[in-house]
Order: sequence, then C-alpha cells, then structure tokens
Amino acid sequence: MNEFERALILATQAGLPLVARPYAALAESLGCSEHAVIAGLQNMLASGRIRRIGAVPNHYAIGYTANGMTVWDVDDDEVDELGLRVGQLPFVTHCYRRPRSLPAWPYNLFAMVHGASQDEVRAHMTSIRSLLGTACRADDVLFSTAILKKTGLRLAA
Amino acid sequence: MSDFSPLDAVDRKIIDTLQGGFPLSPTPYADAAVALDISEQELLARLQRLLAEGILTRFGPLFQIERCGGAFVLAALAVPDADWERVCRTVNDFPEVAHNYRRTHSLNMWFVLATETPEGIGEVISRIEAATGLPVHAFPKEREYFVEMKLPARERPNE
Repeated sequence: MNEFERALILATQAGLPLVARPYAALAESLGCSEHAVIAGLQNMLASGRIRRIGAVPNHYAIGYTANGMTVWDVDDDEVDELGLRVGQLPFVTHCYRRPRSLPAWPYNLFAMVHGASQDEVRAHMTSIRSLLGTACRADDVLFSTAILKKTGLRLAA
Repeated sequence: MSDFSPLDAVDRKIIDTLQGGFPLSPTPYADAAVALDISEQELLARLQRLLAEGILTRFGPLFQIERCGGAFVLAALAVPDADWERVCRTVNDFPEVAHNYRRTHSLNMWFVLATETPEGIGEVISRIEAATGLPVHAFPKEREYFVEMKLPARERPNE
C-alpha cells in the first residue's frame, strides 16, 4: 500500500461524501485530481484491496433479525473440502476454518447464517449438518443479541 | 433491536442494488439513480436518511486490509455480567475493533480486530487483555471458504 492509497483509505473509511461529485470532493481534500481518486479506487478494487463499494446495511434493519454464528467440529482431513461446500450454500454469508481452542472450544469450521428468525437459522443448520455427515462431531450456534459496534476498519490518521 | 423505521420499496431497491458496484464515474449518484429510476436528489436524500437512522452503517468502500498488508482477526471474551458495561466501553474504545457483537455463549463478546500490520494484532490483544483484565481468545482465520455479505432487504414482520 503506497502513501496515496493509505490517504484514500483514510479519506473514505467513514464513507463517501454524499455530494453530486464525491470523487472530486475527495480530490480537493487530498490535493490531487478527480481522475487520480477514481483511478486509485479502481486499482484497489481490481486488486481486491477494496472488496466492493456501496451500501453497508445493518442486517437487523433489513429484516435479518436472527444472526447465527454456526460452529462445527469437523474432521481435519475433510474440513477443507466440506468447508468449500458449506460456503456454497445460499444462506451462508461467511465461511472460514479457524483454530480450535481446546478444551473450551472444539470447533474449527465457522459459517455465518442470517435469517428472519432463530427457527429459520436452525432449519438451515439441519442442512449443514446433513452435508457434513459423520465428519462432524459437534456443533453449536451463537446468536447475536446486540450489535455493540460496527464502524468497520479505521486506520489511525 | 428492530426499532428501525419501515423501509419502502424504493429503500429496499437502493439497499439491494447498491451493496456493491457503485459507479466510479464523476457523477456516480446520478448514474446509480438512473438505474434505480429515481432522481439524483432523491437518492442522496434517501441515503442520508438511511445512514442517519442507522439502517445503513456506512456508504463507501469496504476495504480488505489483508490485501493491503494488514490483518483481521476474530476474537472473543467471556465477560462477567456484572462487568459488562465497563468491558464493552473499554473494548469499543479501541479503534482497532472494527465490529463487536454480543452472542449467546459463555464466550459472550465477539469482535473483529483490524490492524495495519500483522504484528499489530498481538499487540492490540495484549492491550485489550491489560485494559479489561480478561483473557482474549483469538480465532485467526486459517482458510476462507466463502465471503459474500450481500443480503436482499426483507419485509420486516412489523411492516
């Protein structure tokens, strides 16, 4: 990441200006051209340093009142193949392999499932459970009961 | 938790259409408004309202700090109920805490740390442990199988 890209992150991490020419407004505060801002964001998008540009909704506000972090203890030899398949399920928004923290935490596969109710999330878990089959020894679901903070990334200026 | 004002069809269309792909053109709101079949002024006014009401937490680029040389790590704390408010304030005060959720488990506080360098993670974990007096359980991702946090806006039950 070069200095200009870092400056672009700092200038946009709280959001884009809500004005007709937001990139020109950013350019003015960064002391560069509108074209440089657009090209810089385009580069970061193309290289995956920006995942996407747009609206970040509060999922409670758009009807997903049940947010379940489903966690699974899956055989180490099978977890990569199965994790990829769990990630393809339409109701899974994030799916990762993470280290266990034994004895308190036996789970190595995390799949985030959003639904309109806890029952809907539990029904989706049934599908995941049958996909994992005997490779899965235990599972749990941790529902979120409050968003305590959701600012996203914040670099220090 | 759903004390949000109702969304109308246009709000939902904005949320569904603009969770990515915002134009990198000189007049992106005007260009996006054409696709939504509303005016630029209406789009700007609605985005302002959706942000003010907390229905959108942000409107802008979503950065992948790992591709920029930094790190994201999921971490959890087991916070005693009696100490909840203090620990919550303490943890949220760290700018490295990108989001934080209360969850139903003895590990009841789950947050994501984002730092500009991988070394920053261990350092901020130590500072959170010192400030809270609680051990931080870190769950760095070992593999990412899928990430696509785009959800269509639904009608809420109270609408």
